[in-house]
Amino acid sequence: MSMVLNEDQSMLQQSARDFCQANAPVSELRRIRDSQDPDGFSRELWQQMVALGWAGMTIPEQFGGFGFGYGGLEVVLEETGRNLVPSPLVATVLLCATAVNLGGSQAHKSALLPRIAAGELLMALALEETAFHQPTRIACSAQRREAGFVLNGQKTFVLDGHIADKLIVVARTSGARDDRDGISLFVVDRDAQGLSISRSQMVDSRNAANVRLHDVHVGADALLGELDKGDELLERTLDVARIGIAAEMLGSAQEVFDRIIDYLKQREQFGVLIGAFQGLQHRAATMYSELELCRSVVRRAFAELDGAQEDVPALASVAKAKLSEVLGLISNEGVQMHGGIGMTDEFDIGFYLKRARVVQALLGDAAFHRDRYASLNGF
Amino acid sequence: MQSIEEFRASTRAWLEENCPPSMRTAMQEDEVVWGGRNSSFKNPDSKLWLERMAGKGWTTPTWPQEYGGGGLNKEENLVLLQELQRIGARQALNSFGISMLGPVLLEYGTHEQKAEHIPKILRGEIRWCQGYSEPGSGSDLASLSTKAVLDGDHYVLNGAKVWTSYADKADWIFCLVRTDFEAAKHSGISFILFDMQTQGVSTRPIRLISGSSPFCETFFDDVRVPARNLVGTLNDGWTIAKRLLQHERTMISGFGLSDKASGRSLDASSVEGQAMQARGDTGRLSDPVLRDDIARYKIDAEAFAFTSQRSMEEAKLNKGPNATSSMLKNYGCELNKRRYELLLQALGTQGLGWASVQHEDFSVEQLRVTREWLRSKGNSIEGGTAEIQLNVIAKRVLGLPDMPMLTTKKGS
Ligand SMILES: Cc1cc2nc3c(=O)[nH]c(=O)nc-3n(C[C@H](O)[C@H](O)[C@H](O)COP(=O)(O)OP(=O)(O)OC[C@H]3O[C@@H](n4cnc5c(N)ncnc54)[C@H](O)[C@@H]3O)c2cc1C
Repeated sequence: MSMVLNEDQSMLQQSARDFCQANAPVSELRRIRDSQDPDGFSRELWQQMVALGWAGMTIPEQFGGFGFGYGGLEVVLEETGRNLVPSPLVATVLLCATAVNLGGSQAHKSALLPRIAAGELLMALALEETAFHQPTRIACSAQRREAGFVLNGQKTFVLDGHIADKLIVVARTSGARDDRDGISLFVVDRDAQGLSISRSQMVDSRNAANVRLHDVHVGADALLGELDKGDELLERTLDVARIGIAAEMLGSAQEVFDRIIDYLKQREQFGVLIGAFQGLQHRAATMYSELELCRSVVRRAFAELDGAQEDVPALASVAKAKLSEVLGLISNEGVQMHGGIGMTDEFDIGFYLKRARVVQALLGDAAFHRDRYASLNGF
Repeated sequence: MQSIEEFRASTRAWLEENCPPSMRTAMQEDEVVWGGRNSSFKNPDSKLWLERMAGKGWTTPTWPQEYGGGGLNKEENLVLLQELQRIGARQALNSFGISMLGPVLLEYGTHEQKAEHIPKILRGEIRWCQGYSEPGSGSDLASLSTKAVLDGDHYVLNGAKVWTSYADKADWIFCLVRTDFEAAKHSGISFILFDMQTQGVSTRPIRLISGSSPFCETFFDDVRVPARNLVGTLNDGWTIAKRLLQHERTMISGFGLSDKASGRSLDASSVEGQAMQARGDTGRLSDPVLRDDIARYKIDAEAFAFTSQRSMEEAKLNKGPNATSSMLKNYGCELNKRRYELLLQALGTQGLGWASVQHEDFSVEQLRVTREWLRSKGNSIEGGTAEIQLNVIAKRVLGLPDMPMLTTKKGS
């Protein structure tokens, strides 16, 4: 297991960097926000990313992917994080393709994965029911009816919900609200009867939706993984996504930091560059150190995903906790160290601050993951 | 040429045969071997272990064989470390000669200087101390004023050093002295070595807040040092001084690795283990705030351990950031300080004893934690303070500008 990127990864990183800079800088997110784009992302750009192989990177070759492993996605996500690129990478690739790949039947895999890799299918995971990440707090129910199930309930903060062709719905098939047992996952079509999806407008201008399920009938073949044992599949899926998101956060944090350092070398007050003020220098040095730790954590977690895997749960929490803290810090300093201009909408830093808070909360904030880490370590 | 797997096998066999059983137990503080003329070995196995390891050159595995080192390449060194770790072997010799002076002597010393000093360092025959700081020159080390004036084939030294760790126990000193009094402050310094028994050298121990007296004031009164003991170029000692500081910082950053950070099982000696034991908790630590703080600490400790590993790998590929040593030093020290603060919280008032009057007041372990907590405060002062490390990162790594009035004044 290596803590440095290999040659393939370095090449991929460079091409992802060039691609994002040329085609999807922050101004693209701004354009989407200001034009009130109904999709909230650029389908054309997504097709280009698909052509670069990003959608199929982690999908096995037999299902139309490239089987590059997670180390490929690592460097891509870092670059999309740098540029705040809105794309289906998190919802469709990190969450749903992972769930299908880890828990789906042969039929699910061959029906869904090749279409994801080809950019023909967008998916979303309908998990959360409250304003906090609580993956076992599931009230949404799926009751057996004839050969299949009937789903009832509501979901919130469903990433890409309104653009997804299919949802993976986390529902309760038995047990009480916070039980680990009794959770099951279902693949549901967006135009299923009784399903309504409404887009919510989040502070980061990225996609999320509220989903209502009212007597939604699905066949037995909609069940993804084992009945009542969905918790385990869900946790494994979430851990992959948490690590992926940590890579995105690393990219965002690095970008804000780079912009801060540039500004410190360019803005003058009191007749000197503001970067000469020790009050700012030490904070910059502290951020640098924290970023170095973040880079190591992300690298280590991805190495585990592509390697031994046994330490994935704890490393996912290490990564998500650490990156949430540090991105929180750096996104705040990003505004502060730019002074008044940092507060203006015209300036990009605000986009990073807004995205930071959403992605910090996504799939568990720092406190959630410290708690989980402590439990995993037996204290 | 031996393959790496053959090397592993023969190393393992040698260690099996030569590492005494008592050297495979956790190090006791009073059994750490520092070497030197006046060495005494509380445990006779320590002496045996040192002689055997030194005989192989393995107290300094990567140093050249020509001077008695192990001559191992990086890969072999890694294997040796792994094999030592596998059996839980103690470090045979711990010294400033190994961690600080040796590396710069190998880089800047003459053949004669290396041949004279390196073998004695790695066999633990001579113990070294570091004469850098002075009463008026701490962080601003380059302003130092201990004078060395040439008189025939000797330099005559006058001045005082302070905070000289183990000066009262050391045999020799590596010392920064001013040899040009007109030049800008960084350009008139030289790096020189001498015997602490030379006439005119005296030391006075200073007591620390932790109660022990590991460092001294050191005075030089017309001390005559042979001119050939000057290392590197006259007046260019600052280059060597800085290089040595990098080695020192790397060593100190190891403090941050003191917790077995990535151990996933609950260990009684860990912070969380002690906290739970002290409270009689099982399964889950009952104090939620402490639990959260410990989790935060352990996450950072893991992240730090990964970073040390990455920095080593990058150094091998020669693409490490050049001042990683400052970052690691600073972060590692802060982590170690946090660890001791958490240990105090873990132990409650049992972590606040000074001595055991009645036998069972405080356990030896608990008293040790208290003293080490106090000692840990020095981590962010020794080897360059936390603030100085942050300055180095800001300027050398991030390229931030100097404050104009702080540029070097001539002769100061
Ligand atoms: C346990 C221990 C062992 C030591 N062992 C040795 C040894 O063996 N040999 C040896 O030579 N020395 C040794 N030292 C000395 C050590 O290197 C110095 O204490 C250290 O460099 C700081 O110098 P000072 O004590 O004079 O503090 P000062 O330099 O006076 O610093 C006082 C405060 O001012 C801050 N400060 C100073 N300059 C700046 C700046 N430019 N920007 C921001 N803040 C600043 C410092 O960070 C510190 O907080 C040891 C120290 C300790 C604690």
